Amino acid sequence: MQIGIPKESFQGETRVAATPATVLGLKKLGFTVLVESGAGALASFDDSAYVEAGAEIGKAEDVWACSLIYKVLAPNDAEIALLKEGTTLVSFIWPNQNPELVQKLNEKKVNVLAMDMVPRISRAQALDALSSTANISGYRAVVEAAHEFGRFFCGQVTAAGKVPPAKVLVIGAGVAGLAAIGAAHSLGAIVRAFDTRLEVADQIKSMGGDFLKLDFKQEDGSSSDGYAKTMSDEFIKAEMALFAEQAKEVDIIITTAAIPGKRAPRLITKEMVASMKAGSVIVDLAAATGGNCEATVPGEVFTTDNGVKVIGYTDLPCRLPTQSSQLYSTNLVNLTKLLSKEKDGNININFEDVVLRNMTVTLDGEVTFPPPKISVSAAPAQKPAEPVAAKEEKPANPYIKYAVLAALIVVMALVGIFAPESFLPHFTVFVLSCVVGYYVVWNVSHSLHTPLMAVTNAISGIIVVGALVQIANNSSNNAVIFALCFIAVLIASINIFGGFAVTKRMLQMFRKD
Amino acid sequence: MLGLIHVAYIISALLFILSLAGLSKQETAKLGCTSGIIGMTIALLATFVGVETVVGWAIIVIAMVIGAAIGLYLAKKVEMTQMPELVAMLHSFVGLAAVLVGFNSFLELVGNDATSTLTVSADASLAQVAELLAQAKQSVSEHADKLSSKELAIHLVEVFLGVFIGAVTFTGSVVAYGKLNGSFKLTIFKSKPLVLPFRHGLNILALVVSFILMIVFMCTATSNSSVALVSLVVMTVIALLFGIHLVASIGGADMPVVISMLNSYSGWAAAAAGFMLNNDLLIVTGSLVGSSGAILSYIMCKAMNRSFLSVILGGLGNKAAAADEEEHGEHKELSYGDVADLLKNANSVVITPGYGMAVAQAQYPVATLTEKLRAKGINVRFGIHPVAGRLPGHMNVLLAEAKVPYDIVLEMDEINDDFADTDVVLVIGANDTVNPAALENPNSPIAGMPVLEVWNAKNVVIFKRSMSVGYAGVQNPLFFKENSYMCFGDAKQSVEEIVKLI
Repeated sequence: MQIGIPKESFQGETRVAATPATVLGLKKLGFTVLVESGAGALASFDDSAYVEAGAEIGKAEDVWACSLIYKVLAPNDAEIALLKEGTTLVSFIWPNQNPELVQKLNEKKVNVLAMDMVPRISRAQALDALSSTANISGYRAVVEAAHEFGRFFCGQVTAAGKVPPAKVLVIGAGVAGLAAIGAAHSLGAIVRAFDTRLEVADQIKSMGGDFLKLDFKQEDGSSSDGYAKTMSDEFIKAEMALFAEQAKEVDIIITTAAIPGKRAPRLITKEMVASMKAGSVIVDLAAATGGNCEATVPGEVFTTDNGVKVIGYTDLPCRLPTQSSQLYSTNLVNLTKLLSKEKDGNININFEDVVLRNMTVTLDGEVTFPPPKISVSAAPAQKPAEPVAAKEEKPANPYIKYAVLAALIVVMALVGIFAPESFLPHFTVFVLSCVVGYYVVWNVSHSLHTPLMAVTNAISGIIVVGALVQIANNSSNNAVIFALCFIAVLIASINIFGGFAVTKRMLQMFRKD
Repeated sequence: MLGLIHVAYIISALLFILSLAGLSKQETAKLGCTSGIIGMTIALLATFVGVETVVGWAIIVIAMVIGAAIGLYLAKKVEMTQMPELVAMLHSFVGLAAVLVGFNSFLELVGNDATSTLTVSADASLAQVAELLAQAKQSVSEHADKLSSKELAIHLVEVFLGVFIGAVTFTGSVVAYGKLNGSFKLTIFKSKPLVLPFRHGLNILALVVSFILMIVFMCTATSNSSVALVSLVVMTVIALLFGIHLVASIGGADMPVVISMLNSYSGWAAAAAGFMLNNDLLIVTGSLVGSSGAILSYIMCKAMNRSFLSVILGGLGNKAAAADEEEHGEHKELSYGDVADLLKNANSVVITPGYGMAVAQAQYPVATLTEKLRAKGINVRFGIHPVAGRLPGHMNVLLAEAKVPYDIVLEMDEINDDFADTDVVLVIGANDTVNPAALENPNSPIAGMPVLEVWNAKNVVIFKRSMSVGYAGVQNPLFFKENSYMCFGDAKQSVEEIVKLI
């Protein structure tokens, strides 16, 4: 089967659906590839490179006559006219937003697979073109921001003075948001990020950002289709307050909040923009669907009265054409692997496969959109309920504490009243050494507990001193006392010598690598 | 002379404190041990010189030489796996010595006759006591002003308490020794807790009777010394039995707590002796040891999420029955070859040893395995649960003995977060300390006990002799987890076989 790679006709579209590298991949799966002359020119792949990789170069009519066509954007009317019945077309379609397009393609009896309909399940990640595109947008957003921003991103101390690091706020930590966090962080900026889904906090941290948590009884914005869901009014209010506060502080805001098939939520109001410092930059990745920022002008850089630049480019992936083409066409190769399980150059749109079922918009003259819903949470299932026992930490009964305290006071008072004076100095020594012992022993590392016991054991052999004193006191040479002392000294000596010797032996064994 | 002795005592007390402080870190531990030895030498020399009678010196030298010989021999011969037993045995000596010193104190009090008022003691007030009491036998009232009745009372309490604590420490340690040794047939030496009917009642009864005896003892000490002696002896017997019962009713798994507790008691016994003899050095040292043991017991209890009281009073077994009813599913087995392959392909390996490793003497093959894997560039570390083994820090000593560097031996808290990035965990002879039920099953008897979360690793291999339960008597759901594999057999043999295949 021959795969046709037409040149993209849309103004400003720089990408191409195959690169020389992926041509090799497609050929391995048994396909031949026909590339329209000049299709890769804007992405820095010239015709000769394709030929070298084993593709043929042809004219537009020949390419459109292929029975399998890989493309980036959906075809325009002129191109649809070129399509033959029974052809399979793979490209971005956005069937939800473009029902007429789907209708037209169906009338032509063209089988259509939409690259924007790849379900968000782990198995399909290899062909998730939206993720790879979003990744590029996020990266490019930071690059565009850096371009418009009048300062360094990283803080420096130079001979010419100190440069503070730029502060970047990223709203929405999806693929694009995370890519933006990573890129801004590696340029040296201080990055903060916000998302309604609590589960992304760790991902944000892993990319080098700080997760801004709302001071609000959190509801979790995760949903089963892998996108954030719409939140309650109170939540949005709290969220807006957070943005307003951050806007005064940060230098760069990158918004990535998009809800599939709907208008993008308004997150940055005109007032927030007005409160930002002159020279600040806002990059609105949702400009194409209405923008997260009220000041956004789609496709342009708009400078507000107070000198804030709002970047509303809708073609960020096209601004990195080589990278975008490479990732997108690799997604297509991975799709081909699913379509052609036998690697024999033939395709089979197998509806048993949920990935293919989900992507298929029209098949054999029938509109198969929308597909049946599949639940594919992007987040792992919630961790099993927190260990109940751990939570039940009994707040130590305060009465016990008081009782102990009271008992201590009583004991102390009794000692004070009844103890003879000669007892008190010893008692002082006793109490103080208990305290000293407490502090000294708390610091002992766990691995040394056994040697500690052996040493304290040896030291407690100090009781021998008691026996010695008694021998000294035994001026009447009482035989019983001598005998008892003898035994006491003997066994206490076992303790002293044995204890120290075994401690030494143990400590000798500990070694560092 | 007295002043010199006193200063010497102060120095050795300081050295003992330094000694314990030194043990806080590996780097200074040896220094700590040395300062302990120096402190002890100074204390002994000072006291020795103060004896001043030839007979006394002779007795001391002979006793010490014999004691030293026995002690050094024991220290040299002991296997590191038997450390808990040795420690328990040494505790019993301190206890016994405290009992003897206490009896001596009493005998001195009542036994010396009136002519022995000359004092050669380093300790003036004791001599006063002796003098007073000797004369008191002839005429109580004549010299009563020399030593107030309060001082006498306090002194008698000290004697009584010292003997009591010493006796409990003595028999408690002997029973602990027997339990740890495990080769004795007597019921009290079985690892299983001894459950007598009304055991709490018995304990309370023992305490109450002892208290009554103390009052009798105090009232009769000067007037009728033979009654006093009898009450002291009866109390000693009760205390000895009390010590036996106390430890016998505690299960084998709680031994780390028991040993630390006995360590603490031996310290308090020494401190009590210090009060008896008005000797500050004994008081300082005794309370250092006492608080050290108390803290260790506390740490151990914390590590098992149990209150000190519930451990000391025994009774984990009662709850165990309820938890073990659910289905567990199948466990999977791996051959030595499979384990070896698993290890060879791993990047990160964590070994979590338990008492089973000590029993099987597997620390040497484990060390060899570690060395071999590290030579292949695999990151091997050890995760030690605070109560692994039968003595606080027991595993560390065993691994050190086998020459495993201590910087790869980590504590539970240090390693628990790393399990997720670990390819293979080898559980060697541990059971309760790696039991997920502690976190997942609130009905489990060990619920809430912090455990090593080995199941978060990619693969877990458990070396075990059979599917039997651990000391807590609880089934371990870890064995049935999807990423868990059993490797049955003697731990030492198994590890040796695997070492051969790597």
